[in-house]
Amino acid sequence: MEVTINGTKHQLSASLNISSLLSLLAIEGEAVIVEINEKIVKKDFWQTTFIKDDDVIELVSLVGGG
Amino acid sequence: MEDDLIIGGNRFSSRFLLGTGKFGNKEIMRQAIVDSGAQLVTVAVRRIDKEKSTENILSFIPQGVLLLVNTSGARNAKEAVRIANIAREAGYGNWIKIEVIADTKYLLPDNEETLKATEMLAAAGFVVLPYIHPDLYFARALVSAGAAAVMPLGSLIGSGEGLKMEMMIKILVEEITEVPIIVDAGIGKPSDAALAMEIGADAVLANTAVAIAPNPPLLAGAFARAVEAGRMGFLATGQKKEKPTASASSPLDGWLGK
Repeated sequence: MEVTINGTKHQLSASLNISSLLSLLAIEGEAVIVEINEKIVKKDFWQTTFIKDDDVIELVSLVGGG
Repeated sequence: MEDDLIIGGNRFSSRFLLGTGKFGNKEIMRQAIVDSGAQLVTVAVRRIDKEKSTENILSFIPQGVLLLVNTSGARNAKEAVRIANIAREAGYGNWIKIEVIADTKYLLPDNEETLKATEMLAAAGFVVLPYIHPDLYFARALVSAGAAAVMPLGSLIGSGEGLKMEMMIKILVEEITEVPIIVDAGIGKPSDAALAMEIGADAVLANTAVAIAPNPPLLAGAFARAVEAGRMGFLATGQKKEKPTASASSPLDGWLGK
């Protein structure tokens, strides 16, 4: 299936939950904010939320800013 | 003497706000926050970039310092609202500095979209601090829309040009009494911050000047003292200020309806 992660298309072989997607991308979960199709998915639901075909995923975090 | 800054019902003993962008490293940033005495610091929301540092900025923000998440990167009201919702839902509170910028050359705030975003976010329960042109009518519209403070630019973001907008900010100080006026952007030196406070601004936000200084914590402390000195000067002189007034060059009567 194909998903868009931070604006880039990715092919994923199997359906993954958010936690495994983050592991796959080697992103540490502590400070990540996950948005799927413009809806925030809170950390409590990362294990139970599975990525679907055509999902638009944004992985963001707080950074320094003025 | 108790002279707290009150924004959205919260009291702050410090009238200096510090931005967290552009610091060489996060430990220096942390020390600068500590030495600035700032109780409110701005942060931004960005896509994760694995090429860059993955350090969690929150680990470097001292306990008790309130986060003011900016909507930088937003080009319109809708995007600003989206960023604000992301921040709140992620648990980073409901304090939002609205920054809607449609050009990358001057980084000027888009007043129309800023007003829309202010209306939507204030109605949704956010504490909204919009970054604006120092325009009186626009500031009044923002107050009506529920802004908790207004943040007029001193000069262009990151320019260090100081208080180029001094006259217009004086008018805001004179006329906008419902919410604090926080001078933001372009503050290059502690003396710029002192001047902003002397003319009656309620607070000052600086970022670039501190972050790129050879010794950010030292300059952060200098800014804090300058803000305090300017405030004391303002209070001590009986809040006497040169009040800007206009004098019409066209007749003020004899027009339609008068």
